[in-house]
Amino acid sequence: MNLIRRTVLGLIAAAATAPAAMAQDTIKVGEINHYKRMAAFAEPYKKGIELALSEINEAGGVLGKPLEFVYRDDQGDPAEAVKIAEELMTREGTVMLTGSILSHVGLALSSFAAEKEYLYLAAEPLADSLVWNSGNPYTFRLRASTWVQAAMLAEEAAKSDAITYATIAPNYAYGQDAVNAFKENLQRLKPDVEFVAEQWPALFNIDAGAEVQAIERAKPDAIYNVTFGSDLAKLVREGGDRGLFDGRSVYGLLTGEPEYLDPLGDEAPEGWFVTGFPWYGFEDGTPGKTFVDAYMDATGETPKIGSLVGYMTAQSVAAGIARAGATDTESLVTAFEDLTVNNTPIGDLTYRAIDNQSTLGAWVGTTAVEDGKGVMVDWEYKDPAPYMPTDEEIMAMRPAE
Amino acid sequence: MAFFLAQFLTGLANAAALFLVASGLSLIFGVTRIVNFAHGSFYMLGAFIGITLMDILPGHVGFWGAILLTGLAVGAIGALTEIVVLRPIYRAPELFQLVATFGVILVIQDLALMIWGAEDQLGPRAPGLRGVWRVFGEPVPKYDIVLIAITPFILFALWYLITKTRLGVLVRAATQDREMVGALGVNQAWLFTGVFALGSALAGLGGALQLPKGGADLLMDFNIIGEVFVVVVIGGMGSLPGAFIAAVLISVLNVFGVTYLPQSTLVLMYVVMAIVLIVRPYGILGREEVAGEHGQVGAPEQPIRPYGPKGIALVGALLFALALVPLFAEQFVMTLIVDMIVFALFAASLHFILGTGGLVSFGHAAFFGGGAYAAALLVYHTDTPMELAFVFAPLAAGVLALAIGWFCIRLTGVYFAMLTLAFSQLVWSLAFQWRGVTRGDDGLVNIWPAEWLNAPAPFYYFTLILGAGGIIFLRHAIHSPFGYALRAGRDSPRQAEATGIDVKRVQYAAFCLAGAMAGLAGGIFVFSKGSVFPTVLEIGESFDALIVVFLGGVKTLAGGVVGAGFMTVVEDWLTRLEYWRLLLGLVIIAVVILMPEGIVGTLRTLWRRIRNIDEETVK
Amino acid sequence: MTEILRVENLRKSYSGFLAVGGVSFSVAKGELKALIGPNGAGKSTCFNMLMGQLKPTAGKVFLDGEDITGRKPRDIWRKGVGRTFQITGTYQSMTVVENVQMALMSHHRRIFSLGPRAWKIYRDEAMSLLETVAMKNQADRPCSILAYGDLKRLELAIALCHKPRLLLMDEPTAGMAPSARIELMQLTADIVRDQGVSVLFTEHDMDVVFAHSHHIMVLNRGELIADGNAAQVRNDPRVQEVYLGGGTLFKENSHA
Repeated sequence: MNLIRRTVLGLIAAAATAPAAMAQDTIKVGEINHYKRMAAFAEPYKKGIELALSEINEAGGVLGKPLEFVYRDDQGDPAEAVKIAEELMTREGTVMLTGSILSHVGLALSSFAAEKEYLYLAAEPLADSLVWNSGNPYTFRLRASTWVQAAMLAEEAAKSDAITYATIAPNYAYGQDAVNAFKENLQRLKPDVEFVAEQWPALFNIDAGAEVQAIERAKPDAIYNVTFGSDLAKLVREGGDRGLFDGRSVYGLLTGEPEYLDPLGDEAPEGWFVTGFPWYGFEDGTPGKTFVDAYMDATGETPKIGSLVGYMTAQSVAAGIARAGATDTESLVTAFEDLTVNNTPIGDLTYRAIDNQSTLGAWVGTTAVEDGKGVMVDWEYKDPAPYMPTDEEIMAMRPAE
Repeated sequence: MAFFLAQFLTGLANAAALFLVASGLSLIFGVTRIVNFAHGSFYMLGAFIGITLMDILPGHVGFWGAILLTGLAVGAIGALTEIVVLRPIYRAPELFQLVATFGVILVIQDLALMIWGAEDQLGPRAPGLRGVWRVFGEPVPKYDIVLIAITPFILFALWYLITKTRLGVLVRAATQDREMVGALGVNQAWLFTGVFALGSALAGLGGALQLPKGGADLLMDFNIIGEVFVVVVIGGMGSLPGAFIAAVLISVLNVFGVTYLPQSTLVLMYVVMAIVLIVRPYGILGREEVAGEHGQVGAPEQPIRPYGPKGIALVGALLFALALVPLFAEQFVMTLIVDMIVFALFAASLHFILGTGGLVSFGHAAFFGGGAYAAALLVYHTDTPMELAFVFAPLAAGVLALAIGWFCIRLTGVYFAMLTLAFSQLVWSLAFQWRGVTRGDDGLVNIWPAEWLNAPAPFYYFTLILGAGGIIFLRHAIHSPFGYALRAGRDSPRQAEATGIDVKRVQYAAFCLAGAMAGLAGGIFVFSKGSVFPTVLEIGESFDALIVVFLGGVKTLAGGVVGAGFMTVVEDWLTRLEYWRLLLGLVIIAVVILMPEGIVGTLRTLWRRIRNIDEETVK
Repeated sequence: MTEILRVENLRKSYSGFLAVGGVSFSVAKGELKALIGPNGAGKSTCFNMLMGQLKPTAGKVFLDGEDITGRKPRDIWRKGVGRTFQITGTYQSMTVVENVQMALMSHHRRIFSLGPRAWKIYRDEAMSLLETVAMKNQADRPCSILAYGDLKRLELAIALCHKPRLLLMDEPTAGMAPSARIELMQLTADIVRDQGVSVLFTEHDMDVVFAHSHHIMVLNRGELIADGNAAQVRNDPRVQEVYLGGGTLFKENSHA
C-alpha cells in the first residue's frame, strides 16, 4: 500500500537524518524552509537542490570536497527560522544559509545575516525590499522580484486598449507590493489608465463569488490578478462560471507557474497574459531542456518553477564557493558580488554587485489549455535588466553600506 | 436591486458548507463540552476523501453518493478519534481536551500529506450543474442555487434529529444538564462517541459539499477553523438554529464587505463577533453558562505553598547552573535557553490568569506580540535607545490588556476565551494591514540590543535575570493576598462576592498584570531575534502558550514553565525529522492520555503515591 | 428594642410569576429570628434580595436605618452583614484556615496587596475564629476533604470575620446529622449572646427552629402569614392550615 510504504520510508528517512550528518569532510550549507507548511512549493524546490548537488558532487564537488545541504523546517515562523539559522551557523558548521519561500521569513533571515555577518542567499522570496529598501551586504537573492515581474506584465498591458483596471491580490505584503508595482509601471507607461476596483481577499481564504461580483460591478476593461494557489482555483471557477473574464484581458502574476496552473487541469484560464515557467516548450539542445530532462529522469515528476529555483540555488552556492576558494564569510560575500554562474538552465547568471540581485528573468506568455492541461503559449524569456529601476534609484533605496 | 439579490444569494450559498461544519462543532461542544480544534481537520478530510470517492464513482449518483459516503467515512474517523484520544481524558480538567485535539490536527496534517501529496486538488464539478442561471439578469452559478436549496433540508433534518428522536432527546438533555443523562440510564461514553461521530460527519459533509466551488488543499483545516468558531460563538455555543443564523449572517456580511470594504476581509468576522459578544455575552441564541458546568472534574486542586527549603535549594541550584552555562556551553545552547525562558515567561503569564484565575484566554499573544511590537516600533521609527524601548514593552502590553480586558472580563468561560481571541485578531490585523507604521508582514527588522548587550553571553544574562525574575515575581504574586483573592474568585465567585471581594476587578487586575508580563516576554523576544512579524500575534502563538500550560498542568504552579521547557526541547528535536508534525502530534496525544493532570501534576501524584505522603495536611 | 433590619413591602416577580409578594418584617438587635415555610415559599429568593444577589422588583431593605436595597453583595457585606449559604461555597483549593484568612484579608482591604505571603497574615485571628466554631484542629486540612457539617461550621467562621451586625444564614443545618444540627445552632445562639449579633435564618428542621429562635416568621407562596414567638406561630390557624397539608410542621424534616 502506498500509505504504508510512504510512512515506512518517511520514518526511515527521519531516523536517518536524526543524528546530524555523519560525513566529516563536506562543505555544508544550511537550508531553512517551510517544508511542511508550504509542501507544494518546498518539495519540488528541495528536489531541484538534490539534483544539482548530485551533479556537482559527481563532478568532484567544490574545493575538492562534496557539497551538502542541511535541511531544516522552520514551520513558516520567522522567529523559529532565526533560531535555526543560529544553530546552523554556530553548531552545525554550515558555511552559509539559503532558503525560505515566504518573504517575511526571508526578511528575518536577511536581518539576521546582516547582524551576524553571515551570508544568506534568498532563493524564492520575491519581496523587493529584500535587496532594496531593507537590503544589506550579506543578503543575495536569486529570483526575479515582484517589481520586475509586475513590470513585464504592465508593459504588455500598456500595449492594449484597456483603460480601466481592476486588481485582485491576496491581502498581505506580497499582494500589495505586486499591485503597487503594476500600477506604478502601468501609469508611467500609460498615464490615462484608471484603477476602478481593488480587491483584497484574505490569503487562501478567498470568497470567490463575492470577489467576482465586486469586480464585475466595477465593469473594468482589464483585470490584474495576483492570487495564487487555492485562491486562484476558486477565482477562476467562479469568474469563469459568471463570465467575468469574457471579453476582458487578464494579467496574472505567477499564474503561469506549474505550481498554480497544473492543479487547475482543463479548467485553467485561457488567454491570460502571465508570468510562469513553460518548461514543456523548451527546445532540445537548450540548457533549459537539459535541466528539464535531467529533473524528470531523477524524480519521475514534471518540474515546477521551484525545481528550477532549487537547482539554480545549489549551482549558485557551488559557483560562489568555488570562486571564493574558501568558506569564510568575507571571502564568500566578495565572491558573490558580480559572481557569474555558468551553465544554468537559463545560460549564464550573474549576481549584481549593486544590489546583490541575480539576473534571473522571467518567462511571460499567454495561457491556453492543451490536452486537458493549462500551458503557456507564445512565451518568451525576458531579461530583467530593462525592468529594473536605475542604478541611482537603487542606490537611493538601499541603506548605506 | 438585482445585484443585491445576487450578492445575497452568494452569501447564502457560502453559508451552506459553513453551517454544516459549524453545526457539527456546536453539537460536539453542546454535549461533550469539548472545544474541538480538530474540527477543521475533519472538514479537510471530507474534501480529500470526497475527491477520491468522486474519482471512483461516476455520474450523478456517484457525485451525490460520494458526498454521503464521505460523511460516513469522516464520521467513522471521528468516532475512532473520540474513542482512542478523547475518551480516556474526559475526567481531565476543563478544556484540557483541546490540547488533545491540537495533537489530532498535527497527525491529520501529516497523514493527509502522505496520502494525497502536497499539490492542491481541484474539486470535481457537480454533474449537470456547471454554469449559471440568470436571476433577474444576474448570473448565479447553478451549484450555488442547489446549495441554497439543500441547506433548509439539512437544517430540517438536524432539527428533526434533535427534537423528534431518542438520540435527540438525549443530546438535548446532555446539552442542558449532564447529570441528567446518567439519570436517564444512558451509557454516556457511547452518547459522546455518537455525537462526536455525527459532528465529524457533518464537517466531512461540508468539506465534500464545497468541492465544486473549490477543492482540497493542506491548508484548508486552519483556514476554516477560525470562521467556524466565530459562527458557533456568535450563534451561541450548542445552539443549532443559532449556528444557522450566524452562518448566514457572517456569509452575507462577508459578501457585502468584499464589495464595499475590500480591505476588510481579514477582520470583518472578528469585528462582528466582538460586537455580538459585547452586546449579547452568550451569542445570539446561547444561554448563560452555569459556573462549573464544564465539570471541574478530576482531583480537586491541592492547597498551594511556596517551596520549602529543599525546593528553594533546588531552584537556586538550577538558576546557578543556568548562570554557569555561558562559561562552558556553545552559543546555540544559550540561544535555545533564551528561547525557552522567553516562552516560559509567556506561558507563566498565561498560566497566572488561567490556572489561578480560571480565565481561559485564547488571545494572549496580543500582549506578547503587543509588547514586542511596542518596543520594535519605538526603535524602528524613533531610534529610541534599546533600554528605553524595552521598558516600554511591558507597559504598552499592560495598557493594551487594560483596554481589551475592559470588554472581555465581563464574559465567562468559552465566551470570554473567544472574545479575547477576537481582540487578538484585531491587534493582529492592525499589525498586518497598517503597513505605513508596522510594515505589514514585511515586519520590523534590525531591532537588535544595545551595544553592551549585543553578544551571546550578556544577552543571555539579561534574559535570565528578567525572565527568571518575571517568573519568580508571578509565583510570588500567586502566594500573595492578590493571588489568593484571584483564586477565591475562581473557586467560588459567590462566596468571594459575599465576603467583599470584587471578583471582576480582581480578575481585571490579574488580566493586566498577565498582559504586562507577556509584554515583558515579548520585549526580550524581539531583541533576541532582531525582528518582529505579525506571526507573533497570530492565533497559533496564543495556542502554543495555551497548550504548554495544559501540558505542564493547569492545577500546578510550575505547569506553565515546565510545559514550555518541555515543548521547546521536544520541538527543537522533532522538527529535524521528516514527519515531525505526525510525531509531535503523537507525543502531545500520548502526554495528554498518560498524564491527564499535566506533566507536573501527574508526576506530583506519582511522587506522592510512591512516598505514600498523606495528602490531608499541608505543612 | 431597636431593629437592625427592616424590610418594607419586598417583591420579586419573574416574568409574571410572583415569587415574593410584598413582604414586610423586621429583625431586632440581638435577636435570633427564623424564616420558615414550605418548599418554594420564596425563602431563598427573599434571602437573596436581602443580601444583594437578587434585585427586588419593588420594596425596600433598611440596615440599621440605611437603605441598602439593590446594593451589591460585597457592599452589603462591608456594611456588616454576614451570610452563609444553603449550598456551601468555600474555596476548595485552600486550607480551612486560609478560607478564613481570605475573608480577613478582604475585611482589612488587602486583596490587591502583592507584598506578603497570604498564608502568613491574619493567621492568629483566623485561628481564634476557627476556635469559636470548634474547627481549630482541622485548620490546616485542605478544604476539599472536609465533611459537610464541618464546611457549614467553616462558613460560619468566615461569616463572623468582620464582626457582623447581622448574620443571614440560609438553611444552616441542611445536610447535617441531627446531633450536629443542635450543636451548630447552640453555637450560633452562643455567638448571638456573646457578640451581640442578630441572626436571621431559614430552616427546615422544626426542632431547630422552635428550640433556638426568639421569633419565627412563616412564608407561604411569597407572602408572610405569621410573625411571632414560637407559641404564637404554632397556634396560628393559617400556619396550621399550610403545614397540616404538608404535615411537616412538627415533624422532623429530613430534606437536605
